[in-house]
Amino acid sequence: MSDLFPVSVRNASVRRRGKVLVGPVDLQLGGQGTSIVIGPNGAGKTSLLKMLHGILRLGGGQISWACPTEQAQRQQAFVFQTPVMMRRSVVENIAYPLRLNKVARQEALAEATIWAERIGLGGDALQRPAVLLSGGERQKLALARALIRKPRLLFLDEPCASLDGRATREIEEILTEVAASGTRLIMSTHNMGQAQRLADEVLFVLHGKVAEFSPAEAFFAGPQTDQARAFLNGDIVE
Amino acid sequence: MQAAWLLVTLDADLVEITLRSLRVTLSALAVACLIALPLAALLAVRRFRMRRATIAVLNALMGLPPVVVGLVVYVMLSRAGPFGVLGLLFTPTAMIIAQVIIIVPLVASIAHQSLRDLWSDYHDLLISLNATQFQRICTLLWDGRRALLTAALAGFGRAIGEVGAIMIVGGNIDHATRVLTTAIALETGKGDFAMALGLGFVLIALAVAVNLSIHWLGKTESEGRW
Ligand SMILES: Nc1ncnc2c1ncn2[C@@H]1O[C@H](COP(=O)(O)OP(=O)(O)O)[C@@H](O)[C@H]1O
Ligand SMILES: [Mg+2]
Repeated sequence: MSDLFPVSVRNASVRRRGKVLVGPVDLQLGGQGTSIVIGPNGAGKTSLLKMLHGILRLGGGQISWACPTEQAQRQQAFVFQTPVMMRRSVVENIAYPLRLNKVARQEALAEATIWAERIGLGGDALQRPAVLLSGGERQKLALARALIRKPRLLFLDEPCASLDGRATREIEEILTEVAASGTRLIMSTHNMGQAQRLADEVLFVLHGKVAEFSPAEAFFAGPQTDQARAFLNGDIVE
Repeated sequence: MQAAWLLVTLDADLVEITLRSLRVTLSALAVACLIALPLAALLAVRRFRMRRATIAVLNALMGLPPVVVGLVVYVMLSRAGPFGVLGLLFTPTAMIIAQVIIIVPLVASIAHQSLRDLWSDYHDLLISLNATQFQRICTLLWDGRRALLTAALAGFGRAIGEVGAIMIVGGNIDHATRVLTTAIALETGKGDFAMALGLGFVLIALAVAVNLSIHWLGKTESEGRW
């Protein structure tokens, strides 16, 4: 399969019931590094990620990957803010994407076990019903279920929003490894420390638009817009 | 007293009638599930044009009086009717057909409600993973299996206790189409309360077993076990 980057987003928007959730957005994303999406609650971070991933229908504009859209979608995975726990065991949850791709059951479960252990969900946890997992374990499961697809591009929507410091560190370590192995990450967070630790570039989102898109160092040293500056200072942004 | 005696001695007639009831109802349930469950899943995952209309029709059909279903099936299967040549009237097959028509809307409606909830939970994930339509339906049917079992049990409860339709299309013929409910109606009419009560106990026991199972399924579901 050919690579999906660079991707260019032109004038793309998403509407719901007449209201504009996202856009219009114009973006060029290269194939390297980690992009962190920040912005106040309700700014449209989730909607932007879902739009880029292609699970929100465009109301206008276009998203052009370097390969056909269908191929591009196969190379992506998404970790939702509230991970979906399928009514199955942990290992079967992680194996599910492989089963969809017609990988034989035993093979899929074996691979899922490897991923589960890599992510810290091994041992007894494997056979437990996924719905009984704690918040941190759910995020790990969702991450393993995304990584088993070996995505070229991984979206994460506030993966550490409900986690304590230790669980957050564990997830960050995994993400750093994943990024180092060449996976492109696009992740939203409201944890500015985390944004600084992981970001190569920052997308500051406000009112459904990308208000600022800069390299991380430049952004954190001095944002170009007043709103971004206010946001970094912890002020209310209108 | 006599009724209990019939039960403990496993009276031949009583056993025969009970087994026929179970055979007819379980057959009808199997056919009904084959139709209703995939239909329910399809209604949950697909936004097609007739979707709302189909759901409305299903809900309306749920309120259909069984006697009317019996009448329609009777007309269809009677010698002069369109399917008269099959000679199915007054056979267990005719009873199965009537029961299928009665419980498909019920099973489909109950199943659809829970599969719709499951789908709203799974929607983003399954779209994100590029699951095909067929894969989505299979996933819902498998992961929703407890709720579907509950729907099936409700269908069983409705069918095993039904009397109007199967009386009309089956004819309550001894050793051929007599089942629990029609036999109770007959024995009560004849004044043989011992037999009627004995059959009634069996029917009640089946109904209680079904309701206990539904209750138990609901409990294990909410506790996340399966
Ligand atoms: N399906 C939807 N229908 C209507 N409005 C929505 C929908 N999803 C999100 N919104 C609205 O769009 C805005 C952006 O939401 P979201 O993308 O979740 O923001 P964020 O992730 O930055 O908190 C919010 O005002 C939210 O209420
Ligand atoms: Mg969000």
